[in-house]
Amino acid sequence: MRLTEHPILNFERVRGKEITIYFEGKPIKAYEGETIAMALHAAGIRTFQHSTKKHRPRGLFCAIGKCSSCLMKVNGIPNVRTCITLVEEGMQIERQEEKPALPKTTKPPKWKEPPRIEADVIVIGGGPAGMMAAIHARDAGAKVVLLDENPMLGGQLVKQTHKFFGKREQFAGVRGIKIAEILSEELKRRNIEIFLETSAIMLLQNGEEKLVVGVKKNKELIEFKGKTVVVATGAMERMIPFENNDLPGVYGAGAIQTLMNTYGVKPGDRVLIVGAGNVGLILAYQLYQAGVKVEAIVEAMPKIGGYFVHAAKVRRLGIPILTRHTILRAEGKEKVERAVVAQLDENWNVIPGTEKVFEVDVIALAVGLRPSIELLHQVGCQIKYVPELGGHVVIRDSRMETTVKGIFVAGDSAGIEEATTAMLEGKIAGIGAALAAGVASPEWLKEIEKAQKELEEFRSGPFGRKVLEGLKKVVVE
Amino acid sequence: MSELPKYLREGYLSVEELKKYVGLPSEERLRQRPVAVPECPQEIPCTPCKEICPTNAVLMEHPNAVPIVDYEKCIGCSLCVQICPGLAFFMVHYIGDKARVTMPHEILPVPKVGEKVVLLNRVGEEVGEGKVVTVIPREKSKGDTPIITVEMPIELAWDVRAVKVVRE
Repeated sequence: MRLTEHPILNFERVRGKEITIYFEGKPIKAYEGETIAMALHAAGIRTFQHSTKKHRPRGLFCAIGKCSSCLMKVNGIPNVRTCITLVEEGMQIERQEEKPALPKTTKPPKWKEPPRIEADVIVIGGGPAGMMAAIHARDAGAKVVLLDENPMLGGQLVKQTHKFFGKREQFAGVRGIKIAEILSEELKRRNIEIFLETSAIMLLQNGEEKLVVGVKKNKELIEFKGKTVVVATGAMERMIPFENNDLPGVYGAGAIQTLMNTYGVKPGDRVLIVGAGNVGLILAYQLYQAGVKVEAIVEAMPKIGGYFVHAAKVRRLGIPILTRHTILRAEGKEKVERAVVAQLDENWNVIPGTEKVFEVDVIALAVGLRPSIELLHQVGCQIKYVPELGGHVVIRDSRMETTVKGIFVAGDSAGIEEATTAMLEGKIAGIGAALAAGVASPEWLKEIEKAQKELEEFRSGPFGRKVLEGLKKVVVE
Repeated sequence: MSELPKYLREGYLSVEELKKYVGLPSEERLRQRPVAVPECPQEIPCTPCKEICPTNAVLMEHPNAVPIVDYEKCIGCSLCVQICPGLAFFMVHYIGDKARVTMPHEILPVPKVGEKVVLLNRVGEEVGEGKVVTVIPREKSKGDTPIITVEMPIELAWDVRAVKVVRE
């Protein structure tokens, strides 16, 4: 179940020392640097818990710490997000059944004053937007600190093995994984303090002061105090309704990319992809590269939603794309064994008699994302529902400052777009935050204008139209 | 609703659509030396092909424009095939009754020079057998993508866009 050869990636190079963890008492091989969920998958374990009421099996869904389907008992502690928690020698992992309770023998940690980290600009999120924000805030003269709940920097870039579009100065022609490396290097060169495996659980403000409460490795409380904050918390995979959509083996597209591209774990043998947007198309190509059979991509729209060139790439490898088709149900007992799809008529109704059955063990949902705005909501930013941007987003100005002074937003948490625009927004927000913190010279306004122009240019084609419509509703001056 | 181009329903260009949206080089030009053909009919924000071309043969009025290749200016250097993030550039060259098609190949195994490969058309159907005549490995490719040139019967030049390496 672990990949060895891959046309783009070299897993042998990244896998750490071999260690042993225990699943329900049985030893399992794992590698340092991988998460619990990945090690379990590599060992063929897909059911991580059972639902409390109907005892339905549940497995991984998002793989980036944003949903609850991978919660397990780790060393007796329930509700651990196994998808972002790294394996450790001797770890005891158990499935969660019924209502999990804290072990009676464990005492809560003693209260003590948490360490307080002070900076001019606090960046929440180490993806393309957050990294660019941190780099540019630092260059503009700010003391910057960045936190991310994942064990590695890069956000979703770390699973993007395809080459990026755009202009070459914006990393076009470079693979996402490489961009993650380049930006991480830039952060390190600037000595920006980075806290990984650190979840921002609260964003508060006290007058001009901003406070981010972080929890490191599920145990240690840390307070981050700053003059301004950039929220670049990304997005979460969408689910769509169909029968048995909770079976293990139904994954968000990103989870499959995390499995095979970040950790080199084969997600399954035969896959059905739902959604022919860029994510679904790119995923199909990457599955083929990893030696996994893609039975089909189904798309409810009458046309392919992603870039045509991505579609052409998978078609010439023999992967069918069925437009005007939808998934009706997943079948299987403990995990996905089949997917049933059907054709839709012009009014989006299922055409009876058109059902097709695919023998698959994985169903990948590439049906869109919604912005993660929880922290922005909490601190009181004004929010609006904008379908063109993927859901609820915050009102902001052209420098990405929200309605709460000193709180900035960038990337997918500002509206679903893509990594290139996330990086440009991150640059704007980072400089904006440094200016608002009073540490950057007005010269930097020119750099903001430059990035704004590049954004405008990138969005000026047909694919930018929807986003521009959405932005009209939330960008205020 | 305006008429949907077939390629957006099906996910591949037919040769007719290729002629209509991209335009093909003349037979005479195809016999001179390899020529780059962009199979990229949709406006997307992407410019590496234009930026890398040493003879400015890729024309694009704005970053979202469809790339148009000036086939007379194209010297057949293959840099666009190497860099294209969409793996949408190919080169075609006619030699006698054979055609040589240059294409990206990001799949394992990468074939060796001289190796026989199964030819795949735009929908992945096996349409014949070809011989690999050139390989630019990933390390030497400007765009981190290996590219291969495959010799095939001339009548397959406008159908074959991928290969399958079959080794026992």
